[in-house]
Amino acid sequence: MNGYGGTILRVNLTDGKISKELTPAQLARDFIGGRGFGIYFLFKEVPKGTDPLGPENKLIISTGPLSGMMAPGGGKCDWTTKSPLTGGYADASMGGHFTAEMKYAGLDTIILEGASAKPVYLFIDNEKIQLLDASSLWGKGAIDVEVELKHKYGEEYQIAAIGPGGENQVLYACINHDFGRQAGRGGVGAVMGSKKVKAIVLHGTKSVPVADLEAYRKAGMALYKACKDAEGLAEWSRYGTTIVTSWCNEVGALPTRNFSAGSFEGIDNINGQAMRKEIVITDKGCFGCPSPCGKYSNMKRYNTQVEGPEYETIGLMGSNLGIGDIQVIAEANRLADDLGIDTISAGSCIAWAMECYEKGILTKADTDGLELKFGNTEAVFTLIKKIAYREGKIGDLLALGVKQASQEVGKGSEKFAIQVKGMEQSAYATHNATAMLLAYMTCDVGAHHNRSWAITYDLQVGREKVVPEKVAHIIWLQNFRPMFDVFGSCRLQWVELGIDRDLYCPLLDAITGVKRSWQDLEAVGNRIWNLTRMYWVRENEGFGRDWDLPATRFYTEPPKTGVTAGQITKFEDVQRLLDMYYEQRGWDNNGLPTQATLETLNLTTLVA
Amino acid sequence: MRLYADSAKCSGCRACLVACSLNLFQESNPKKASLNLIPHFPNPGVFEMKVCTQCGDCAAVCPTEAIKLNDRGAYYVDFAECNLCEACVPECPEDVMFVRTELANAAWKCDLCGDCVSVCGTSALWIAN
Repeated sequence: MNGYGGTILRVNLTDGKISKELTPAQLARDFIGGRGFGIYFLFKEVPKGTDPLGPENKLIISTGPLSGMMAPGGGKCDWTTKSPLTGGYADASMGGHFTAEMKYAGLDTIILEGASAKPVYLFIDNEKIQLLDASSLWGKGAIDVEVELKHKYGEEYQIAAIGPGGENQVLYACINHDFGRQAGRGGVGAVMGSKKVKAIVLHGTKSVPVADLEAYRKAGMALYKACKDAEGLAEWSRYGTTIVTSWCNEVGALPTRNFSAGSFEGIDNINGQAMRKEIVITDKGCFGCPSPCGKYSNMKRYNTQVEGPEYETIGLMGSNLGIGDIQVIAEANRLADDLGIDTISAGSCIAWAMECYEKGILTKADTDGLELKFGNTEAVFTLIKKIAYREGKIGDLLALGVKQASQEVGKGSEKFAIQVKGMEQSAYATHNATAMLLAYMTCDVGAHHNRSWAITYDLQVGREKVVPEKVAHIIWLQNFRPMFDVFGSCRLQWVELGIDRDLYCPLLDAITGVKRSWQDLEAVGNRIWNLTRMYWVRENEGFGRDWDLPATRFYTEPPKTGVTAGQITKFEDVQRLLDMYYEQRGWDNNGLPTQATLETLNLTTLVA
Repeated sequence: MRLYADSAKCSGCRACLVACSLNLFQESNPKKASLNLIPHFPNPGVFEMKVCTQCGDCAAVCPTEAIKLNDRGAYYVDFAECNLCEACVPECPEDVMFVRTELANAAWKCDLCGDCVSVCGTSALWIAN
């Protein structure tokens, strides 16, 4: 099948059975690839009520038609599962070179099923596919494992591995690849750990068939030319995502001390400029990327290296913890990567614990003696390790994520647990940024930014405005942006370089032989959005409007400092945002897709 | 004319490798490219690029004279005349003379098409005298 590896690989960890099936043409037509394939298999194959960390859950790893092709940023791999962190739908997008390698091994999707009794790793070299003993790797850091497996098999082999955090089923454990790229969010690493899969080793040498070779070459070249001609390329490539750090601080969107404020006094020591000057040694791009956001850093003080920190980590492990030192943030980043826990969720959990400590809700008796004050670097390093190993009372508590941890601790700490649907909010403070707030409220994995990144849009159109046009913009972004996760490519060329998105249509057409306009593609995006919503409905009794509420702080506690001092979103505006959002989505007043909407999207059979 | 690479500017994305395979073999397959990318991670954290300097050492030892000059002044492999003897491989000072029989039934090398330069977003590759 043009544009595809052509095969779905199933690996049953319980009985060791490995089987292949052809990628169904209708699946490719209706769901295209990536996260489309992910939710299709999750919805269809994982029984209702499955324990996310039980053998019935599946980890679904998918490429898309642009993965591994001559397409800017064709290096994205989608990992879908039932989230142990949220109990709902999760997909995590991982950059690097894994997705291309999968494609060249002829694989569109790998489905990990069941659970092994002993630690194993999955070895794939074209047709040779085996489960191998990983007992000597179990317990090791993800970076060490990658070094060891690269050394054993060779540089051409691509590795994805979990760290101790995944083994110990920290609910936001991540999967690491390419010395610094992660499938970060929702606890995909915990699911891999629950199946006792330490790593996947991958090598593929097959060519990928395309529908029209000359048109493919022409359309691919046109996209690269657009990227290279883009005005912002040099600046973007110099700083990557950290380019927004200072801007976020200026507009009060930089999470500071557990999102109690949006501006940080130590900004000059943690922004992109400080990072570039002090620690960056190499730019590092994912497969096919002409505008590498990856910054590889050397921390002289610790004599260590890490890819990053990128903006989200600077926010959550830096200002949000009261830490104004780029080397400390980078070292915390490295520790979290190697131990295999998501920097965003971990940073948020630590910030919440620090606030609890400063308010006297947690004491040294609860923290294993740690002085958990904002800005305490050593406490941060220690806590990252304690979380990954679920060590002591505090490590075990914070491994649950901030929602569950705050429910256990109580005493009003739920009010400053910064999460939606159980997922910790990424690095945009939304006291007064209603589009971004709505984006977090309605994102289909919990409070994550990448579906509809609207913080700059808020500033353009009026941050406090609550109008139907704003809601329509969020819905448009939610239908459109995740299509890059369907294609298996990166959205940042469109977002950051501003290239014309219409350039993608002839490329997809030439590769797959299926002509699609953005109108067609957005329809697929809308269909997928509604299917992920129905997954939440199916898996959580009583799911509805309350699940879409933001962290209480954003409508009750205005920051005391910074440009957003004294500002919050009124609760009635939060509700108005939801009213408008549900109406425009064709959902009922409780946030459930109506029968008519499901029929229009041709989803009734699938969700029945 | 020859291809030049500045490893310090390379971000390891491999776009050059796909573009190369597409021109050389009319296939999308970075394993069939005539540049060599060697990442050195996690430490020291640098990428190393190897490219053909068009020195001609490969052509000089080829027993079937399969390595010829094209109109760009670059040595290329005439696939039909290559007998896979591999004599050229150890002669290449840059390790960019490729024989992988599981991938192709002839040796291959850079023919200076320039497509790698066209897709490189970090200006790590260029063609000059």
